[in-house]
Amino acid sequence: MSLKRITLTVNDLVETVDVPQNMTLLQMIREKLSLTGTKNGCSAGECGACTVLMNGEPVNSCMVLAAECDGVKVVTIEGLAKTGTLSELQKAIISSGGVQCGFCTPGMLISATALLKRNPGPSDTEIREAIVGNLCRCTGYVRIVDAIRQAAK
Amino acid sequence: MINPHPGLPELQYVKPASLVEASKFLAEHENTAKPFSGGTDSFVRLRDGVLKLDYLVDVKGLDGTNELSFDPQKGLTIGAAVTMNRVAAHPDVIKHYPNLAEAATSVASYQLRNRATIIGNICNASPAGDTIGTCMVMDGVLRVHGLDGIYSVPLNAFFLAPGRTVLKPGDVVVSITLPVPQEGFIGTYKKLGRNMIGDLSIVGVTVMGYPCNESPSGYRFRIALASVAPVPFEALKAEAALAEKNITEDLIAEAAKVAMESVTPIDDVRGSARYRKFMVRNLTREALTEVWKKLNK
Repeated sequence: MSLKRITLTVNDLVETVDVPQNMTLLQMIREKLSLTGTKNGCSAGECGACTVLMNGEPVNSCMVLAAECDGVKVVTIEGLAKTGTLSELQKAIISSGGVQCGFCTPGMLISATALLKRNPGPSDTEIREAIVGNLCRCTGYVRIVDAIRQAAK
Repeated sequence: MINPHPGLPELQYVKPASLVEASKFLAEHENTAKPFSGGTDSFVRLRDGVLKLDYLVDVKGLDGTNELSFDPQKGLTIGAAVTMNRVAAHPDVIKHYPNLAEAATSVASYQLRNRATIIGNICNASPAGDTIGTCMVMDGVLRVHGLDGIYSVPLNAFFLAPGRTVLKPGDVVVSITLPVPQEGFIGTYKKLGRNMIGDLSIVGVTVMGYPCNESPSGYRFRIALASVAPVPFEALKAEAALAEKNITEDLIAEAAKVAMESVTPIDDVRGSARYRKFMVRNLTREALTEVWKKLNK
């Protein structure tokens, strides 16, 4: 199968990548760019572990073809603390104990980052609605919602 | 060993430069190519092996597919590449078509709705499509580009069977237009799912009502039902029952029963046919009552 050459920006770095045409954005991020913070959960757009920002909006990267991504801007979990300083949200999820196994955390933080950008003062209902597509099987969500509320302050 | 995370099967990604090119390619590869926009249905089906394709034809960026605009004479036009989140957040949609925003936000999750489109929901032709009912009761008309150019299809005449529509080889749906709604209308979408995320509807009931002088009851109601027949459809007999007499609680209950009698659901993993029938009655009654109360405020 022929490869397709795409150029995109990932975490502020311009990357040129040759991708198989059936490769998803998720596979490209993990396998071509070695950014393994983004997780593969369900491969069906349901669990949200693979959530990244694409042109500023959260998407399930398992549901995007890499070949479609020529010219787009992607932010992964690695991009939230580029300088080595954690974002307010990352600090909040640590201090509130919102991480257990950690598998959902990258996607959860990306969804929450996007929420706070479009709605800096969300209600609890709005927080819960924003992470409807991020499944966590450990925490029961309470401390994750606490963290997002805390970061919004 | 079964791979729990199958990638997409081998296929070619095709990005045509124009609608003419897209139609030509799709017609030449009738059984092996399919248009896609968000891919939220196609990718899952490709992975599961239910859908087999050699080519995925990206329609995003083609002429008219990015349009989202409201015209006080023509109504709302939604292009094939316009995502559900874009629709739900658009000020004209919130102002003139709040029921469409409600239906769109009932779909899956926020990040999925950043990819999923209304046109994709329609073209997928699932009996469960959440936004189809609203587009149907609002008399949506699809604009299709085919081998012979552009033509229009009313949504009410679009579906043939689960996954099957009147589209011919080479056809690409460019947009849908919802005419300007009737003055003072109220609409709602009641979705019964197993959970809040991702799941398809067990039953979906769309109701729209508006004052209407020509109707003996003084009102006209439109009712569309999802997940309870091979295709999404309008419950015409129930609508007729509501037009004939003064609207009362009893008449609403009667119309909901007529709606229940019009469905032909199946048993599946999400619910039994019997349960679906009863829920059509209950949710239709609930939706009609809600719309009726708001109309009389």
